[in-house]
Amino acid sequence: MILLLIARRFLGLLLTLLIVSVLIFVVMDLLPGDPASVMLGTSATPETLAALQRQLGLDQPLAVRYVTWALAALKGDLGTSYTYGVPVAGLVGERLAVTVPLSLLAVALSIIIAIPLGVISAGRRNSLVDYGASVLSQVFIAVPGFWVGLLLVMLFSVTLGWMPAGGFPGWNAGLWPALKALILPAVALALPQAGVLTRVTRTAVLEVMNEDFVRTARSKGLSEKTALWVHAVPNALVPVVTILGLQFTFLIAGAVLVENVFNLPGLGRLAYQALTQRDIIVMQNVILFFSGLVIIMNFLVDLAYLAIDPRLRAGVR
Amino acid sequence: MRYLLRRPILLSGLLITTFLFVVALLSLVWTPLPPTKMQIVSKLKPPLSVGLLGTDHFGRDIASMLMVGAWNSLSTSLLAVAIGATLGTLVGVFVAAVRGFTETLVMRGCDIIFAVPPILSAMMLGAFMGPGRFTAIIAIAVFMVPVFARVTLGAANQIWTRDYVTAAIGMGRNRAKITITHILPNISNQIIVQVTIQLGLAILTEAGLSFLGLGMPPPTPTWGRMLSDAQTYLGQAPWMALMPGMAIALAVLGLNMLGDGLRDLLDPRDQS
Repeated sequence: MILLLIARRFLGLLLTLLIVSVLIFVVMDLLPGDPASVMLGTSATPETLAALQRQLGLDQPLAVRYVTWALAALKGDLGTSYTYGVPVAGLVGERLAVTVPLSLLAVALSIIIAIPLGVISAGRRNSLVDYGASVLSQVFIAVPGFWVGLLLVMLFSVTLGWMPAGGFPGWNAGLWPALKALILPAVALALPQAGVLTRVTRTAVLEVMNEDFVRTARSKGLSEKTALWVHAVPNALVPVVTILGLQFTFLIAGAVLVENVFNLPGLGRLAYQALTQRDIIVMQNVILFFSGLVIIMNFLVDLAYLAIDPRLRAGVR
Repeated sequence: MRYLLRRPILLSGLLITTFLFVVALLSLVWTPLPPTKMQIVSKLKPPLSVGLLGTDHFGRDIASMLMVGAWNSLSTSLLAVAIGATLGTLVGVFVAAVRGFTETLVMRGCDIIFAVPPILSAMMLGAFMGPGRFTAIIAIAVFMVPVFARVTLGAANQIWTRDYVTAAIGMGRNRAKITITHILPNISNQIIVQVTIQLGLAILTEAGLSFLGLGMPPPTPTWGRMLSDAQTYLGQAPWMALMPGMAIALAVLGLNMLGDGLRDLLDPRDQS
């Protein structure tokens, strides 16, 4: 039964991916400006233009081009960038080496900030600490990540000179210089996430604290601290993990902006550069890549729900 | 009034939001200086030396630009949320009335729209419509439709199971009529709360889009572009970066607090 359900969700995932890829392909195709003429400039003769269009497969009907593109993409061939003249797959891979560590660092930071803050404010409900944490999380949610980035640069780079103001030396320059370039962007990316996560953690812990097993733990004579951290918190983490998954869209949106603030050669900056240079094939693939990540993340959240809540396994049939 | 005083979150949210709307509306008829007037002689002047909040790299008055920016940001976000909320609510109540396969189909459609973050869909839209207010509105509205469709559907499904709705069905009322007389009035509170919260999100997204140059074109002042201009002068003129960011944060904070306060007021079940 459970396998059937997972199989159905998986089919749904594939269908969603298919429709999103068609949508992105069609929208990008509607763009004015033919890539071939962008590549050749205005001085090209009609013959060279037609030859290049043929070479790029632009003379084929839309459906044929989609299938060709999709089949190649499945094999890992994402085409060749018009402006860089290199394979898009390589370009994406190169940029992932910045975006993935940046996102992981940001998620880790947001967890380190949010979970203790949320748990402590739930443990001391309606205390001064609780109010302080709630104000802090509201502020974190309200400040735009890219502005936090600017403020961090102002303080740590311009005024104190402790951190680089932007750019990325590459992983070949050594672990520390590369990490150092990612710390401020990760903080900027993490704060809004931490705000949301703190609130969710607080609510989740408060809910679990009312459950019977926590009451049992208390009546066994365990201290309030043990009841909170050992019995309540692990059970409250379920919705926290879910939100972490669902916040993924906002993490990506944030990464596009923050990478632009810090001049980081990541996937978000690549998408933006591709937009300004009208490098359609790069945009197409980067947006598809981001969307695919979001869809897969939502699928995993769904699965996590099924694993955690037996009622759903029986209910959705 | 006494009720409001006992609800500090609702009250602060209401005050901040009202203040912003007043400033935004005021900017339509009055600003301390023309917001696009350049005075190179007094460029990069700190707050209070020239104007209330200083000047930018063209010598433009930052306070005036912020005021006009408030109008641009609020009006763009309001329009986007209005479009998204209207369409999303219509879809939601329609689906709740028919259920069945349509529900599955629409939910899947929501997943698809959700999969493309608004910044990225705005980039795609911006690429072929050109950047501008319209692009920003559409990109944000498109993302809002599934948000409202889901909230409305969830809330409406609950109302459809109530006894008075069953009674109305039994009396032979058709589903469209029941939706108008029973469903919509009973879910309007939840939609109002959602509008407030999504408005905050829309302001953040609009600021991000203008920061990337996908919002309203210069010389129209927007909070996002003021921040993007400020990036070059972080060392010389930090106030250029401080003020617009604080305006965005204040606007979002105010709307979120208002949303939280309204939720407690209108939707007592959610109180925690």
